[in-house]
Amino acid sequence: MADTARDPPPAHTDFQELEDGEDLFLEPAVIQESGPASLPAEDISANSNGPKQDSLFDDDPEDLFAEATEEVSLDSPEREVLLSDGPSPAITPITPPTSVITPRIGLAHDDMFTHSSFDEIEEEEGGDSFDMHISVSDPEKVGDGMNAYMAYKVTTKTSMSLFKTDEFSVKRRFSDFLGLHSKLASKYLHIGYIVPPAPEKSIVGMTKVKVGKEDQSSNEFVEKRRSALERYLMRTVKHPILLKDPDVLQFLESSELPRAVSTQALSSAGLLRMVNKAADAVNKMTIKMNESDAWFEEKQQHFENLDVQLRKLHASVESLVCHRKELSVNTAQFAKSAAMLGNSEDHTALSRALSQLAEVEEKIDQLHQDQANADFYLFSELLGDYVRLITAVKGVFDHRMKTWQKWQDSQLLLQKKREAEAKLQFTNKPDKLQQAKDEIKELEGKVQQGERDFEQISKTIRKEVSRFEKERVKDFKMIIIKYLESLVQTQQQLIKYWDAFLPEAKAIS
Amino acid sequence: MFHEVGGGGGGGGGGGGGGGVTDLTVRQGANQSAEEGASWLYTFIIGVVGLFVDLPPTMTSSIDESSKEKMRSVSVDLNHDASLLIDIPDALCERDKVKFTVHTKTTLSSFQKPEFSVPRQHEDFIWLHDTLVETEDYAGLIIPPAPPKPDFESPREKMHKLGEGEATMTKDEYTKMKQELEAEYLAVFKKTVQVHEVFLQRLSSHPTLSKDRNFQIFLEYDQDLSVRRKNAKEMFGGFFKNMVKSADEVLISGIKEVDDFFEQEKTFLLDYYSKIKDSTAKAEKMTRAHKNIADDYIHVSATLNSLSADDSTANKKHLEKLADLFEKLRKVEGRVASDQELKLTELLRYYMRDIQAAKDLLYRRARALADYENSNKALDKARLKSKDIPQAEEHQQHCLQKFDKLSESGKKELTSFKGRRVVAFRKNLIEMAELEIKHAKNNVTLLQGCIDQLKNN
Repeated sequence: MADTARDPPPAHTDFQELEDGEDLFLEPAVIQESGPASLPAEDISANSNGPKQDSLFDDDPEDLFAEATEEVSLDSPEREVLLSDGPSPAITPITPPTSVITPRIGLAHDDMFTHSSFDEIEEEEGGDSFDMHISVSDPEKVGDGMNAYMAYKVTTKTSMSLFKTDEFSVKRRFSDFLGLHSKLASKYLHIGYIVPPAPEKSIVGMTKVKVGKEDQSSNEFVEKRRSALERYLMRTVKHPILLKDPDVLQFLESSELPRAVSTQALSSAGLLRMVNKAADAVNKMTIKMNESDAWFEEKQQHFENLDVQLRKLHASVESLVCHRKELSVNTAQFAKSAAMLGNSEDHTALSRALSQLAEVEEKIDQLHQDQANADFYLFSELLGDYVRLITAVKGVFDHRMKTWQKWQDSQLLLQKKREAEAKLQFTNKPDKLQQAKDEIKELEGKVQQGERDFEQISKTIRKEVSRFEKERVKDFKMIIIKYLESLVQTQQQLIKYWDAFLPEAKAIS
Repeated sequence: MFHEVGGGGGGGGGGGGGGGVTDLTVRQGANQSAEEGASWLYTFIIGVVGLFVDLPPTMTSSIDESSKEKMRSVSVDLNHDASLLIDIPDALCERDKVKFTVHTKTTLSSFQKPEFSVPRQHEDFIWLHDTLVETEDYAGLIIPPAPPKPDFESPREKMHKLGEGEATMTKDEYTKMKQELEAEYLAVFKKTVQVHEVFLQRLSSHPTLSKDRNFQIFLEYDQDLSVRRKNAKEMFGGFFKNMVKSADEVLISGIKEVDDFFEQEKTFLLDYYSKIKDSTAKAEKMTRAHKNIADDYIHVSATLNSLSADDSTANKKHLEKLADLFEKLRKVEGRVASDQELKLTELLRYYMRDIQAAKDLLYRRARALADYENSNKALDKARLKSKDIPQAEEHQQHCLQKFDKLSESGKKELTSFKGRRVVAFRKNLIEMAELEIKHAKNNVTLLQGCIDQLKNN
């Protein structure tokens, strides 16, 4: 399945598979022949089916200018022409703010020629100009019975020129998200990009919702899912390459989306996926790669360790959530009991104090409930997301191994064919000889391709891992701070409640 | 001074002999090290009010002198009368048995010495309580409730689970969990000492009960109290007595009350008892949930430490700070749990037992009333038959006197009981609120500090 995905998506026929950085960079010469059109630069990336065009547009304008060696104006023919090539249907031309466009375009072309500056651009991303916020909201039940589903409103707010408007929303259902992920995974995973995993399916959870139980647990389930979908989309668009992917843009903007049926668990596609997964697991065990690059070995070990620790932490936090919920329930029960005790008490002042105590405890139980939610949605889900993300990272490393294996296989095959050819030389079979020579020619090409692929994926993974780690640190820091602030709030509320109770207790005479 | 006399267990014991005394064997998991396999021996020496209490580094719970005072506050105003001062300065935990050292200081001439100590077991306290209950003369008094048996079941169970789960934890985590457990043992221990002490102090501050002969024997007799083992007959008798009592309860609730005061009290106490019993149970559950959260924080902190150790990026410092924060938070959470337990749960539990004692007083009085009414009937019958009239008259007078005496002293006792209860509740509720505020403020400081550090980095 990885192999079939290597073919360029049908929409982008004009761009060949990016085998070599130079190839793409030569193309602008060809492109210049097309007529002008007023279009945004973003379509360049929309037409790209691969990794080359990417983070350039996310960068700080100042830095881009500094890098630019060739000034390109807004009406640059190159830019216009790139757009006219097989654009994704969902994207229509928009006029971007010029200040945003010019520096980027200039840089885009220059740096397409050099890998090194490409890397520099990536490293310069401070993320300041990434201005996009996606929210998933308003879950609505559509339909009835077992065919019912939840429709979520996906609202994008952005000032990026990639989009027609500043704010727009569409309705999507869960399988749409899965479909999006599936497409992205098939396009990018095998070439080394860390594609954020989609939220998990839950047959039990969804069935409850379908059946129409409007209770606490199904509401919680929907909220949990809504939040997970939001985080998923945000992570996806934070990835500079994925953001420009036409499928992503279509997902965010297009009002109608073809139904992704192959995401159903029990479909044939689903079964195929399971079979492939099993085959992968077996293959992984049999591939023995000579790792020449210590960096990869180190990183793989690092991610293994990280995986173990994060899972452990996740388990502890889940336990924390559980106990805090328990505390909330127990506090509520105590509050009721204290209220009854207060009623029963015949000393007036003490009776009143006990009733006040009951009220305080009732408020506190709500506080604990809210804190449990913060524990869950901030801390626990963060850890859960990263556990799944690291699985994706490990998958990318596996793909590299497979790429290597493929390369090695073709090398071996070439070897064999060469030997066979040598033997044929001594026989009088000109046809066969010619055939052998042809095959060898083909295989040589394949071997070269294999080597290039391997180098490419290795390079991509290095960049991706570096980006991933930066993002991880940022993500953790931001969310942990939010979580700690939630804890602070809870404690401050506690102070308020007990402060209010204290005079009541003192008033007992 | 608190110190732990360890046989090497519990992270390094303190000083003191550990030699010949039998040891507290704790069920641990299979992975006991040789060191930990040695049994634990705890000696807790609890200072009198005003003595500074010091804890060894291995003990994580801190008792300062003010909180020691607070421990006593279930019953306020005890042990202030210099003529008879009682305390339990020392206790030894051997397996299931706790040996209390009862220390008395007195200016009363009825005692042989002005100051003396005796060792006593829990059963000795029960004996004392039961003899007081069975004393006719005290029928009109609220006999202070007997202290409950020392119950180490909860921490012992936890210890067992900890031993089983040792393999899944880092060494650091395990050590911390063990510390928590030791603190819990310590807490149970302190509670049981306190409750035994308060029992004696209630007796010593009661004008009538403090003069009881058996009480004096309990305090003074320096040999083993042989009666601490109820012989089979007495135990049996005790069992039947309880059975009869419950039958009495039913009978007596139906009796027509002649006195409004007692009628009200009866209604109030019966209702209040069931409510307070319920509240005690619910408060206990709350405390347990707090403790569980503290434990979770230990695990979170430990895993963050592991993550930090593996990390080589800028994240490392963040993780370290975070791990440190959770470690501190769990200590606060643990204190919240134990303070809540002492101020709220223990308060409720104590008064639940006290109310039972008050109810017992009511039952005794009701029985006396029933006796009186029966004696009236007997007198009428005697008059009818013109037989044994003087005995019947005497009997009736006797019953009336008894009943009157019970009513009079009962009223006094119940009134002072209410006062005592209100005062104790007030004190504990105030202290609990103050402690909650203190801990929450502490938490805010810790959290805010960490947030600022993270933001600035």
